[in-house]
Amino acid sequence: MISFIAQRIAKAIVVLLALVVLNFFLIRMAPGDPALVMAGEAGAGDQVFLAQLREKFGLDQPLPVQLFLYVKGILSLDLGFSFRQQMPVATLILQRLPATLLLTGTAFAISLAFGILFGALAARFAGTWADTAITVLALIFYATPLFWVALMAILLFSVAMDWLPSFGYETVGANYTGLAHVLDVAAHLVLPATTIGLFFMATYARMTRASMLEVNRLDFVKTARAKGLSDTVIQRRHVLRNALLPVVTLAGLQAGTLVGGAVLTETVFAWPGIGRLMYEALLQRDYNLLLGVFVVCSAMVLAFNLITDLVYRSVDPRIEFAS
Amino acid sequence: MTVVIRNLKLALPPGGDRAYAVDGVSFELSAGKILCVVGESGSGKSMCAHALMGLLPDTVTAESGEVLFAGKNLVSLSPTEWLALRGRGIAMVFQEPMTALNPLMRIGDQIAEMFEAHDLLTPKERRQKALALIREVGLPDPERAVRAYPHQLSGGQRQRAMIAMALALEPAVLVADEPTTALDVTTQAQILKLIRDLQRRRNMAVMFITHDFGVVAEIADRVVVLQHGKVVEQGTADEVLLRAQHPYTRALLAAVPTLQPPPRTPLLDRNKAVEVIGLGKTYVSGGGWFRAERRVRAAKDVSFDIFRGETLGLVGESGSGKSSVARLVMRLIEPDAGTVRMGDVDLTRIGGKALREQRRRIQMVFQDPFASLNPRRKVGNIITDGPIAHGIDPAAARKRAGELLSLVGLNAGAMERFPHEFSGGQRQRIGIARALALDPEILVADEAVSALDVSVQAQVLDLLEDLKARLGLSMLFITHDLRVAAQICDRIAVMQHGAIVELKSAALLFAAPEHAYTRELLSAVPGQTSSSRAA
Amino acid sequence: MLLRNPGGMIGTAILTIAIAVALFGPLLFPTSPWRMVQRPFLPPFTMANLPLGTDALGRDVMAGIIYGARVSLLVGLISTLASLAVGIPLGAAAGYFGGKIDDALMRFTEFFQTVPSFALAIVLVAIMQPSIVSIVSAIAIVSWPPVARLVRGEVLSLRTREYVQAAIVTGQTNWWIIWREILPNALSPVIVLASLMVATAILLESSLSFLGLGDPNLMSWGYMVGAGRTVIRQAWWITVFPGIAILVSVLALNLIGEGLNDALNPRLAKGGR
Repeated sequence: MISFIAQRIAKAIVVLLALVVLNFFLIRMAPGDPALVMAGEAGAGDQVFLAQLREKFGLDQPLPVQLFLYVKGILSLDLGFSFRQQMPVATLILQRLPATLLLTGTAFAISLAFGILFGALAARFAGTWADTAITVLALIFYATPLFWVALMAILLFSVAMDWLPSFGYETVGANYTGLAHVLDVAAHLVLPATTIGLFFMATYARMTRASMLEVNRLDFVKTARAKGLSDTVIQRRHVLRNALLPVVTLAGLQAGTLVGGAVLTETVFAWPGIGRLMYEALLQRDYNLLLGVFVVCSAMVLAFNLITDLVYRSVDPRIEFAS
Repeated sequence: MTVVIRNLKLALPPGGDRAYAVDGVSFELSAGKILCVVGESGSGKSMCAHALMGLLPDTVTAESGEVLFAGKNLVSLSPTEWLALRGRGIAMVFQEPMTALNPLMRIGDQIAEMFEAHDLLTPKERRQKALALIREVGLPDPERAVRAYPHQLSGGQRQRAMIAMALALEPAVLVADEPTTALDVTTQAQILKLIRDLQRRRNMAVMFITHDFGVVAEIADRVVVLQHGKVVEQGTADEVLLRAQHPYTRALLAAVPTLQPPPRTPLLDRNKAVEVIGLGKTYVSGGGWFRAERRVRAAKDVSFDIFRGETLGLVGESGSGKSSVARLVMRLIEPDAGTVRMGDVDLTRIGGKALREQRRRIQMVFQDPFASLNPRRKVGNIITDGPIAHGIDPAAARKRAGELLSLVGLNAGAMERFPHEFSGGQRQRIGIARALALDPEILVADEAVSALDVSVQAQVLDLLEDLKARLGLSMLFITHDLRVAAQICDRIAVMQHGAIVELKSAALLFAAPEHAYTRELLSAVPGQTSSSRAA
Repeated sequence: MLLRNPGGMIGTAILTIAIAVALFGPLLFPTSPWRMVQRPFLPPFTMANLPLGTDALGRDVMAGIIYGARVSLLVGLISTLASLAVGIPLGAAAGYFGGKIDDALMRFTEFFQTVPSFALAIVLVAIMQPSIVSIVSAIAIVSWPPVARLVRGEVLSLRTREYVQAAIVTGQTNWWIIWREILPNALSPVIVLASLMVATAILLESSLSFLGLGDPNLMSWGYMVGAGRTVIRQAWWITVFPGIAILVSVLALNLIGEGLNDALNPRLAKGGR
């Protein structure tokens, strides 16, 4: 198994390197002087900063040299400097990363738990009104744009009913500590996490339902019934375990969408994560910061894929790690 | 009488090709005896088995009749009563061992589950019983088998595990739905013996579903023959096999090829149609930076000749490499070593356009009648595609296609229809017509009759013989069924583990086999002597 | 075929309405949606000729929705077609020829799939400067990998199908086999995927417009929601109605996709034993 992980990490590093090279060419693709592009809207006015950039990235040197310098910079974890925010990009990202991890982690957990639950229920009561209700709701949530759900949630729970906060990570100026702080953050977390969670809940519910119905048709379920096992035991022990395998695979594939959803949600809820950082970079035309966040997002997706792959392999004995 | 079935009628949903899956069927199962229920596909035999377990599909209902067991009528049993009965009074073994076991649970756990389903024994006792059962069914290395997952066992071993599961609660009745159909002939022989031994030891009543009369001859005490959901004949094994009354039974028995090769006209033409020299192929799977690869030698230095007008049989079990050799000869896969010569053309050395032109000389009939015809193309196009690709004028090709269809026993109107409108046997005929459309010299039949019912099988075999004689073809006939090989082949090559172990004329091979494997293969064919049932 | 599926019927009905609105709407509502026609923040259902009210700059919300339909449907359709044009040949080649071609193409596709697609779309549109061309290109670039994977999977499984082998044996050329034997049988899941892709493209376009990356000359539903975000407390209708338009369109396409899936794959349709 160690060799498997090593192999996957090696592959991930190759992908990230390819991404970095892609970033390099993207900057060159933007219209105008690459130095201006890298400096961003704010920095473009500062001649000193521009000169520094030109020197550091060798912008008047041949392309291969530029590429080498750029990659070298990235490998030493120097993702550039944001003139507008007056901080190294890497620092900015590290500051904001935990908030995004908290948000996406919570959203993922909620969506998986409830999605599987509702999907299993829908499969169990297939053909009844409960099934139709769950399927229709899932269809609607699957079709609803994330940013709109976020806004509607704010409208409903914050404006109309004033139950939950709609802005930020914690109540500004309150300075809670300990348990009060945790609860405060949790209250702020509810709306954004549920917003992201709804879309994925719909996805997992539909997949679970379809998968369970499919597995119920397989031969070994007939064998289990021939043993005289009760239906509850059969569904739980035989059907569910087998039915969840494709759901795990699906969860892995959804990693990219999860991160993308974080960008929209954090923007609407002013949640201080790297998604919102990306939006700020957009507004400020700060391309260095934008691309830096992009690389980190991709790294998150790769890590997530590795974890789900490991989970899948440990659950399904038919797949081997090594000879 | 342990189980009495009286006038059972199982109704199918409206709109099907018949009203009843099972129409007024009556027979009995007795303790200590094996009853074989025989029929072709669609005879309703599998439905009877499922009715005995209360596992009928939702769309099929028991309309009338009784199934009496232990003082109750199973037709009117409540779901709770069924839960108590299944596995305990009546147990079942299914056909496909690979899909019948939960891939995520260990074998020992799945066996122990039988006890758990009926709230018996402590967990520790269940594990012990599971181990004892695994020993009883003869699984090698029982301690490891208990902890193994289904995919780690072979087909025969999985079937043994299924049987262990069925026997766990010592049921009075065992229902076996084609349990050996998916197994190799040697494995089948072992499983049949196992079932017979266990049945005798535990004095169970066994209902054994099968389509293979050889199996019937091997193990049956009593036989019931079903056709279209009705019982057409029943009696003791001797009565049915040796003194069959009903014309359908007689026709079925006649269609079963014997193991005696019929005398064949000696071949005068000593020219070789095909020379295969030293074919080798190794499949490599897996393998990456950190993973060892798996190598399977499908063909090891395989050499044989086929003379003009001869039928050479390639016989072996699954994994013997016979299908790989067929595909190597057709150059559907590339050989690692060796050559295939047709006359002075070396098929393995040419490529591109030259290869496509030479391909018309050697054509193939495939195994699966449902997968060998493109479902989206009309039959006429399927047959004329090949000739048109070789430059034949389309109108002439269509005319010839019509003639070929008549030759294989279908009318020319079939050209405008799609494959799904035809039965399995008819589709095989279309496949043969397609192969003949290019006027080949050699025909390769890759298990061409294995997927067909026995009566249809006999017709298609006759057709192949007839065409061969009329058109002067040579044939390479691949099969796992020795009876079929005996009927149709002039010479037979026996393959094991990728190599030919014996190559002789059919008559000599069956009369005096030399290699140990050939002998093992021949003795494993079920139903050779009636006396194997006695005692 | 579609008639047996109520969802599919509803979806088709909605989509037909949406297309009709997109095609004929501008003829019935000739005023540009960018024009100010009344006072700002006019609530909906108060004036007969402004049924959905006005936004922060006095623009007609209804006109915005009608003109936005054109953008969404156009972007959805063209980007999907572009993705198919790239993904189908690549996937077919990878699946049929296997070996090194397959490896190379799969590495390429995997790379695109590990990158979060929305983030990549943002980056691409930002770099290329927002315009309808850059949006369509970005969505197409981000969406073709699943097509290639699907087609590759189908072609791989069909390549070993016996009727394909029969075609090889009767001497057909590779391209003939791919074109006549394999692709027609591989297409039904691709059709289902295509309808779902149009839905996803609409979602992507509206998300990009919401973030301010839309074509500045085109009124789009996402842009309207984004513009109304800051005044959501005073004027809920500016965000609600365009959002409903997006939801309904995407839902319609999803329903059509499901209906097609049921029709083309009947054995996977309903539940039960």
